[in-house]
Amino acid sequence: MNPTLTELGEHLTSSLPDDIFRTETIRDELIVWAYRESLVKVMTALRDDPNAQFKQLVDVTAVDYPDRPERFEVVYNLLSLKHNLRIRVKVPASEDTPVPSVVDIFSSAIWFEREVWDLFGVFFSDHPDLRRIMTDYGFEGHPLRKDFPLTGYVEVRYDEDQKRVVYEPVNLVQEFRNFDFISPWEGMLHLPGDEKAEDEDATQESKA
Amino acid sequence: MGVSESTIRQAPLGPGADQEAVLKEVGDEIQHKGFVVAQLDKLAGWAQSGSLWPMTFGLACCAVEMMHTAASRYDLDRYGTVFRPSPRQSDVMIVAGTLTNKMAPALRKVYDQMAEPRWVISMGSCANGGGYYHYSYAVVRGCDRVVPVDIYVPGCPPTAEALLYGVLQLQKKIKRQAVIER
Repeated sequence: MNPTLTELGEHLTSSLPDDIFRTETIRDELIVWAYRESLVKVMTALRDDPNAQFKQLVDVTAVDYPDRPERFEVVYNLLSLKHNLRIRVKVPASEDTPVPSVVDIFSSAIWFEREVWDLFGVFFSDHPDLRRIMTDYGFEGHPLRKDFPLTGYVEVRYDEDQKRVVYEPVNLVQEFRNFDFISPWEGMLHLPGDEKAEDEDATQESKA
Repeated sequence: MGVSESTIRQAPLGPGADQEAVLKEVGDEIQHKGFVVAQLDKLAGWAQSGSLWPMTFGLACCAVEMMHTAASRYDLDRYGTVFRPSPRQSDVMIVAGTLTNKMAPALRKVYDQMAEPRWVISMGSCANGGGYYHYSYAVVRGCDRVVPVDIYVPGCPPTAEALLYGVLQLQKKIKRQAVIER
């Protein structure tokens, strides 16, 4: 347990009681859950507080939890060179709740937030240039969402008649197969055509 | 016809007495008459395969292996294969790496800008058929969906030797092709 991080967590909860709803230290990493409305305030405090001095926003990403009412968790990873500390700020969000942009506080956020918008479809309010950044021009959907199919919806091919690359609905010769035999949740219990193993199972069950 | 038909038709000779004999025969021919007779398509094939200038089209980790092929250990320059930064100066495009949907129109554009005759070497699993990313929403399942491929080099990534072998195979293919249409 890193005592500095625990102290910092306590300090933050006491100084911003209405803006942070939870802090936790997991595997020596401090995580701060903030309210969406207070994000700018919390991030500004983390940057300017003499005890924090998190001057660098290293990464912004998100996690999709489809079962939650607010399905996304936007994650901000911060670095304090001054105190040699790292911290993680998390904010809940959904498809239609805009998260306030932190571009005015950390200029590095401009591309990170575009990436989160592109891949998860989390909207950032007051972002100066919220366009897609990674996916294809004219791409539809947000690929890192859990409900996005792995293979997507379109594939490309060069059309000899039109003399250009055309988009078509995905047409796979062979469906995606899962070869995870080890995982008890996802794995196949038997190899296809292995009748002997199935018979053994049946006899064991009848004995039991 | 001073040089006999049989000596031309034969496969390339290794160093040795036989090779010496052929060279002496050709040398004598030039000494005696001042010229030798050869087939024009063979000559063109020899010239084209001996100066294959590839378009530098590194897309992913395969590009690093392609650099190794060009570097001092394997040294593609020995085969007259010199990387060019422009499609206008290139004969062959080595598609080295994962071709994404977003890159596909750009790859085709570069291919279209290359002057005929032109060839394509598909390097690595991703360029051959999507490879590890075959089921991805963003990757082209084989660069032959976008450009016509002459040589497929398997591997993930293929070793520098494998790519070199692919280049040599392409040279063979070019020498085999009839250049002059009849």
